[in-house]
Amino acid sequence: MSDTFFSAAPHWTWWIILYFFVGGIAGGAALLATVLDGFGGPEDRPVVRSGYNVAAVGAILSGALLTIDLGRPLRFWHMLFQSANFPTIMFKGWSPISFGAWGLLLFGLFSVLAALGGMAEEGRLRNPALRAVGGVVQGGLAKLVGALAGLLGVFIAGYTGVLLSVTNRPIWADSPWLGALFIASGVSAGAATLILLAPWRGATEASLARLSAFDTKALVVELVVFVLFIASVWPIRQVWVSFWGLLLLVGVGLGILTPLRLHATGRPMASAAKLVLLGGFLLRLATIFASEGIEHYRVAAGM
Amino acid sequence: MPEPMGFFTDTTVCIGCKACEVACKEWNQLPAENGGVGELSGDSYDNTRKLDGIHWRHVRFIEQFKGPYDGRWLMMSDVCKHCVQAGCLEVCPTGAIIRTEFDTVVIQSDVCNGCRACIAACPFGVIDVNPVSGTAQKCTLCYDRLKVGLEPACSKACPTDSIQFGSIAELRTRARKRVDQLTAQGVKAELYGADPDKALGGLNSFYLLVDEPEVYGLPRHPQLPSRNLTKSATFSAASAAVLGVLALVGLRKRRMDEQSRGGGGAGNV
Repeated sequence: MSDTFFSAAPHWTWWIILYFFVGGIAGGAALLATVLDGFGGPEDRPVVRSGYNVAAVGAILSGALLTIDLGRPLRFWHMLFQSANFPTIMFKGWSPISFGAWGLLLFGLFSVLAALGGMAEEGRLRNPALRAVGGVVQGGLAKLVGALAGLLGVFIAGYTGVLLSVTNRPIWADSPWLGALFIASGVSAGAATLILLAPWRGATEASLARLSAFDTKALVVELVVFVLFIASVWPIRQVWVSFWGLLLLVGVGLGILTPLRLHATGRPMASAAKLVLLGGFLLRLATIFASEGIEHYRVAAGM
Repeated sequence: MPEPMGFFTDTTVCIGCKACEVACKEWNQLPAENGGVGELSGDSYDNTRKLDGIHWRHVRFIEQFKGPYDGRWLMMSDVCKHCVQAGCLEVCPTGAIIRTEFDTVVIQSDVCNGCRACIAACPFGVIDVNPVSGTAQKCTLCYDRLKVGLEPACSKACPTDSIQFGSIAELRTRARKRVDQLTAQGVKAELYGADPDKALGGLNSFYLLVDEPEVYGLPRHPQLPSRNLTKSATFSAASAAVLGVLALVGLRKRRMDEQSRGGGGAGNV
């Protein structure tokens, strides 16, 4: 029996699952926006702006979800500053949750700045203060801010998986692949979100087609990492003999294999994108709850 | 500087009276579960079932019966192990979990914000949320009593000295003598967590067991959560690098321009 079966579940449930999902999308969208911002053409600007907007909204939502999940939400700032020695910084480089708190704060800062720059470019900002900030984030500064948002976005998409691995819980601590899996899933879900949302901002068919082609590759990477993940937890495979194991299979079927087939047969991009998002959510749902539920078996067995 | 202090629990003399559980709850003013309405487990005299945020001591009842006349009870008063290398302390992002001058591990309830990272990090399943405070809580080894020279409430209340409190060095000597005594009597006994060169640098609450650790609900090789950090971060960085390269190759404008010059591809739409 794996030594991880003797630990207790941390009650990371719906708020955390939603955070992992939203954070993954936001991080993936930020990465794609950054790449298109730096290396795309003028026709890609609507996708770039959509990407930064998704990242900014996702970062703010992520912060809210994490705060709501705390046992003492008003003490959220204890993760950033030493409560007894404010404003001394609270940071542990070896603790993913501490690293992640700072990463999310900085990701939120740079993605919001990048989004304001994009909205100022479109002339959509009515508030004078926001218009002034957006006006500053243009040209070379916008590229720098966007690059930082993209890099931090990848971090946000992946550190959540590393955080799970750096525990003593079954499944999570039994595999080193969760971070890699969440990054691949986050990037494919970010591309899917942009495919669905960017047309509202005037994205061209060409931009969307290239995003869709990239999503195919991201899904292949996700599938490969998923196989590696399953291989790594094979010694405790009995944990998947549950509703959550079934849900994981459904998630992979609907969220990876079916979109790959739709892409191969040239079906509408939007259908595949919706399935990718569903798959990204089910992956996180099954992974979290499969481990969370194990304490019940432990207690029932009198251990 | 005081010596490292801790518990040595000799499970062979535990009688399952639960005086330690009651003394702990009383001294630390821990709330009742389920509003004080008794809830029986239904399959054991152990109705506490596990350590959590409002049960910092738990007397584990292990029933090993092969037939009506062939069996034994094993009892063990379980508690936080106050690990020398503590996983909970390692991951705590608020600095709420500290190591005291007695080499014990304490959660400062006024600093903890209830993120629950420590619960998943503990290899023994010791920590949980106290629903009244909304923070993670566990045994403090009666830090407030130690500060004024008192013994922890549980060991003070233990009528058989199954729970012994003292300096770690003295407790280890006493524990080894007890193992020798039991071995001479033909009882298979071994210490769990007493060796500072083994798991987690030794446990400041260690046990004398007469069966495998798993039987008592203890992991054979408890580890720090950070054992996975480097590998997991490396694989994540590799995955990010692969996807970054794919994004650069797939989304950059030059490729689209080349496709346009070639007269094909979605870039012409």
